[in-house]
Order: sequence, then structure tokens, then C-alpha cells
Amino acid sequence: MKTAIIKYNAGNIRSVQFALERLGVTGIVTDNPEEIISADKVIFPGVGEASTAMRYLRERKLDQLITGLKQPVLGICLGMQLLCKHSEENDTDCLGIFDTAVKRFQSPVENLLKIPQIGWNNITGLHSVMFEHVPENAYMYFVHSYYASLGADTVAITNYVINYSAALQKDNFYAVQFHPEKSADSGSRIIENFLNL
Amino acid sequence: MLTKRIIPCLDIKDGRTVKGVNFENIRDAGDPIELGALYAAQGADELVFLDITATNERRKTLAELVSRIARHVNIPFTVGGGIAAVEDVNVLLQSGADKISVNTAAFNSPGLIDAMAREFGSQCIVLAIDTRFEDGDWYVYLNGGRVKTATRAFDWAKEAVDRGAGEILLTSMNNDGTKKGFALDITGQLSQNLHVPVIASGGAGTVEHFVDVFEKAQADAALAASIFHYKEIEIPALKTFLYEKGVNVRF
Repeated sequence: MKTAIIKYNAGNIRSVQFALERLGVTGIVTDNPEEIISADKVIFPGVGEASTAMRYLRERKLDQLITGLKQPVLGICLGMQLLCKHSEENDTDCLGIFDTAVKRFQSPVENLLKIPQIGWNNITGLHSVMFEHVPENAYMYFVHSYYASLGADTVAITNYVINYSAALQKDNFYAVQFHPEKSADSGSRIIENFLNL
Repeated sequence: MLTKRIIPCLDIKDGRTVKGVNFENIRDAGDPIELGALYAAQGADELVFLDITATNERRKTLAELVSRIARHVNIPFTVGGGIAAVEDVNVLLQSGADKISVNTAAFNSPGLIDAMAREFGSQCIVLAIDTRFEDGDWYVYLNGGRVKTATRAFDWAKEAVDRGAGEILLTSMNNDGTKKGFALDITGQLSQNLHVPVIASGGAGTVEHFVDVFEKAQADAALAASIFHYKEIEIPALKTFLYEKGVNVRF
């Protein structure tokens, strides 16, 4: 099995590679179209800023390549937001796999809500093969200032003042807002479930 | 619901874990990778590794250590100690660190915080402040607590957040090593007036101290070292106690 990790200008790719390694899988970090297309599984990770990331993907035509993929694709954090339709982060049009808007957290009262959300939060309403053997209310590690709204593709929900999509799924596209590669055993289980698709 | 975080801190010197009591009398408390993985398995929410090595080789050694930690530890971790340039941050993040913490260098050149936040995002820039209460206020200390400044901890924290720091790691030097509890007043002042998470550090001695810092000071996370290293408090028991006291924690 060949697992490709899409290389672009967004950080923390190494952690994803190490998480795969702990499961006995070698992840190939690449921006080579043939390597990505021929992979059995594709992971689209990312920590960074949406408009910069989208510009980078468009310049290299990786945007069309990603939306045309037929094998299982897993978007993580910014990777998930980029798979949505539009992000409020610098008013960015994204890849549009999920018909979902990405918005910025708003504190109802000044300083009540700390932004970014940093830390462990629970996920509920789990209904995806990604979550097999992952208990309802499992804790995952989140670091983000923007969130994907609830919609038809929502397969897990988290609350941070409002309910939002902790995970999305449509056809061969899977996506999580949290970092499964940093979410201890439950996170590792999600990556394993994805690799077993 | 977002949980309160328990963070063991591992001071690293020449690749080994050490802990200074009141920043002195350093003792060896074991291998950092082994200890880090053990804490992760016990339910620690994050780890902080502070490198106190003072040799020229330290940068390369630290990057190698970070990469070994990232390979074995499946929870987030922060690396700090002598970070003074954007390139240092790049190397450590590329090696697998989730966040980096800056202290003295950021105080001496505050523009570093802006540059780092712009390059890597606020979420991975932690500002560490060592502070001591004297003459009626909390002042910033530099160089591992050896150099006093005339700047108030709150003012520096606020400026750093405005410049892009995503989290504050606040160590009270008055409390550190005493095991008499965290500095609730300054921790609360920062936590309730800044829009970024505050990690309280220094003074943890009992499980009740953690309840106090979360409930009274509204800290987002609490950090401790020696009480964990010497098994005076074990993380599962601490989390059970917090849960029973109504503090939202992860199991």
C-alpha cells in the first residue's frame, strides 16, 4: 500500500509521517502529481493560513489534482478547511468538495472565548467508518481559529461556544478538524481506520 | 467542551531530564523520551521540553532530540530554551515540535514574536515569562530567573499577545519549588484579561493546588515537573481528583 502526504507550504507534515510510522506505514511526502495520483491513500495535512495555502496549490495546479482524486483522501485541520467551499480567512475560495462555509470563532463577550481554540475537546454524533471503535465523546486535540459550519457532510460535531463540524465526509473525501496524529490512541485509531478503507 | 490541560515539564540538559528546585540544585530525573512517552500513556495532555544546555552544539542536539520525541510521543509538545531566531523555530517545527516557547530573546527583541507569528502562526508561539513578586508587583525576570527587569509581567504579556503570541506560559519564581501552590493572583489576572490560553507554572505540591489554579485563577493549563518526575502526584490520580471536583478534564 502506498500512502502519499501532499507536500505544500503548510506545516506539521512530519508529525503525520511519524504517526503513520507508529502504525507501521511509510508515508511519502510529495507534490509530484503522478506519485499522488498513483497512491492508494492520500493525506492532505496542514497548519497555516488559507489564502497563502490556496495560492500555492493553484500555482502548482494541485487544486485540480486534489479535487479529481478517486482514492480515499484524508484532510486534516487546514487541509479539511481547504476542502470546503469558502473560508472567511482572508476571504478565500477553497476547493469546494464540501458545500460548507469556514468561519472565524467569535467571542460573545470580550476575552470569554480564547482564540485559537487550543487543546482537547470531545467529538459527538459520530457516524463514519473513520470512527469505528472510537467512542462517542472521545477527546481529540484541536488547534484552530476557524471552523467549518454544520452541514449535510458533517459526520462528527464539537462544541466551542457553538456546534461545528469536527469531521466531514463525502464520497472518497474524509476530513477532520482536529489532529488525529496528536490525539493519543483515539487519534491513532482514526488514522488506522482510514488506512484500512 | 474544551478541557483543562495537565502538562508535565521536562527540563533537558545534554539530552537528559533534569529539574532545578528554585532554579538551582539540579538533579537527574531520567530519559526524556521514555519519560515523555510514559506521561503520554498516563494521560498527560501535552508536554513541555525546556532545553537548558548551554553549549554551542545545543541547536543540533536539540533538533535531533525533538525528532526522536516526535517519533515516539503521540500527544502535542512544546520546545523551549534559548530560542532566539526565526530559523531556530523553523528547524524545531520541521523536526516535529508542535509549538515553541520563547522567553529572554523575545523580551530583548519583541519584534521576534511578530516575525515568528507571521511565519508560523500564533498557535505555535508560546511566550514564557518568569516572574517574581516584589515591591508590590510582579516583574519579568530573564535568563532563567537571574536578571531582573523593570517591566511588569502583565504589561509584557499583553504586548506579546498583541504582537502575536498564541499562549502564555507563566512561571512564578516565588512559588516555583515551594510546593505551596500556584500564584493564583497573577495567573488569574493574565487568564481573565488576555484572549489567549494561560499555562500556570510553579508551586504545585498537592492535587488541591491544581483545582485552585483552574477554578480560582481560571488557568487553561497547569504545568509541573518534579512532583510528576518523583511520583509525588501521578497523573491518573490527579485527573480523577479534578474530575470529582467538577473540573473538565480528558480521560
